[in-house]
Amino acid sequence: MEDKPITDKLVTSADWEPLIVAFFCNWCTYTAADLAGVSRMGYDHNVRVIRVMCSGRVDPQFVLDAFAHGADGVLIGGCHPGDCHYVEGNYKTLRRYHLLKRVLRDLGIEEGRLRLEWIAASEGEKVAKTINEMVEQVRALGPLRLTRRFKEWDAELASFEAEARSEEVATHA
Amino acid sequence: MPDKPKIAFYWCASCGGCEESIVDLAEDILEVAQAVDIVFWPVALDFKRKDVEAMPDGSILATMVNGSIRTSEQEEMAYLLRRKSQILIAYGSCAHMGGVPSLANQFSREQILRYVYEEAPTVVNEQKVRPQPRHQYDGTALTLPEFRGLARSLDQVVEVDYYLPGCPPTPKLLKQAVLALLSGELPPKGTVLAPDVALCDQCPRKETKPADLQIHEFKRPHWTQIDPEKCFLAQGVVCMGPATRSGCEAQCIQGNMPCTGCFGPTSRVRDQGAKILSALASPISAREPEEIEKILGGIPDPVGTFYRYSLAKSLLRAKVTR
Ligand code: SF4
Ligand code: SF4
Ligand code: FES
Repeated sequence: MEDKPITDKLVTSADWEPLIVAFFCNWCTYTAADLAGVSRMGYDHNVRVIRVMCSGRVDPQFVLDAFAHGADGVLIGGCHPGDCHYVEGNYKTLRRYHLLKRVLRDLGIEEGRLRLEWIAASEGEKVAKTINEMVEQVRALGPLRLTRRFKEWDAELASFEAEARSEEVATHA
Repeated sequence: MPDKPKIAFYWCASCGGCEESIVDLAEDILEVAQAVDIVFWPVALDFKRKDVEAMPDGSILATMVNGSIRTSEQEEMAYLLRRKSQILIAYGSCAHMGGVPSLANQFSREQILRYVYEEAPTVVNEQKVRPQPRHQYDGTALTLPEFRGLARSLDQVVEVDYYLPGCPPTPKLLKQAVLALLSGELPPKGTVLAPDVALCDQCPRKETKPADLQIHEFKRPHWTQIDPEKCFLAQGVVCMGPATRSGCEAQCIQGNMPCTGCFGPTSRVRDQGAKILSALASPISAREPEEIEKILGGIPDPVGTFYRYSLAKSLLRAKVTR
């Protein structure tokens, strides 16, 4: 659990920039993102793309872990319904996405921080558009910065530890 | 005669069920009491904190702490017992993962205190008096522990060597753990002292769990006539079995109640709630968002259901904005 945050600089600097973690399916959205790059369609650089073999490979734990490590938003890109290489993968993703959204809402993470899009290999411009939209949306929501919040939550413990030591010195003196 | 190994039990934010489970050792407790010296057990024996403070560091072989950690006093006791013990065991799901008390991590400290001391229907408190950590009364300073902003698992406060899972752990697991301690044949540090497979694997209903499970509807157990032979999920009743470690001998299932997850996840899973979320959502029979939403409406409180015992140890730990 003590892994490093995704980037310390982004989560601590005052001039905050949204950080989006994107899980893209190898067969569609990842190829489309490549295409967008090759065709020199500009998209926001605030996104870190992780290639997965199918959107269905995106365990909800990955999404929570991304948030817990400092992501401000998570984007999942998969093949259009009916086009999944593994037939049912994207339908499973869709169902999990709906349930995960409910859990996130109840745990205080705003709707706009998680997004699922179907993007075919040919839709380079849709990748650029989706990323840009999401960056704007997350920018409007502001930082999530869980890594920092976790530290703040635990500050009450750290201060106790010091206090306990000094009290002990006092009582044993 | 050489000294018998020393054992201690302690409770933090606990319901008392874990203490009860120790007593549930029944006649085996005599066997345990013969083999060890119980040097501290506030619920049953009249030793005080100062007795523990007077013991040399590391002089207790093992201490089992139950309950989650919510107050400064519980933290202090956790530090103290950690120092005095060679082995510290988180006993029960509250110490293991935050447990039921950590569901309060969905609310702020202020919300909790306001509700408990002012708004609860059974409370009359016109002056809105709240407990204060320090108070002068008649020239004497009175103190109370601080109520922390979060409920925590034991290992979020001090280093823990082993975990005995369950709400509460079964006497059988406790007995096995004590025997392991006495024989010195201990598994690697950090081990959860129960089998590392999902409950479904040991469930008497596993043959009736369809390989191509399809969920058309989620039914609440108290509104449903439950078939006592058939897998709960196959009946559309939420069962945490697929995301929960075994070792309880499927007692709830045998009582015709679905698993609620108290043993926590297996070692390969980091977030029990996310894992059951996958297991429940993936087999939903619908493909259209509206239909999916309608079926999911059958789980009115997903956080309380999926993280019933483990919110403090979940990846997000608490409601982020409280
Ligand atoms: S684990 Fe269960 S039985 Fe033990 S203190 Fe917590 S709620 Fe009570
Ligand atoms: S889902 Fe529940 S009832 Fe079905 S096999 Fe698993 S533990 Fe048993
Ligand atoms: S292969 Fe692309 S979503 Fe399954």
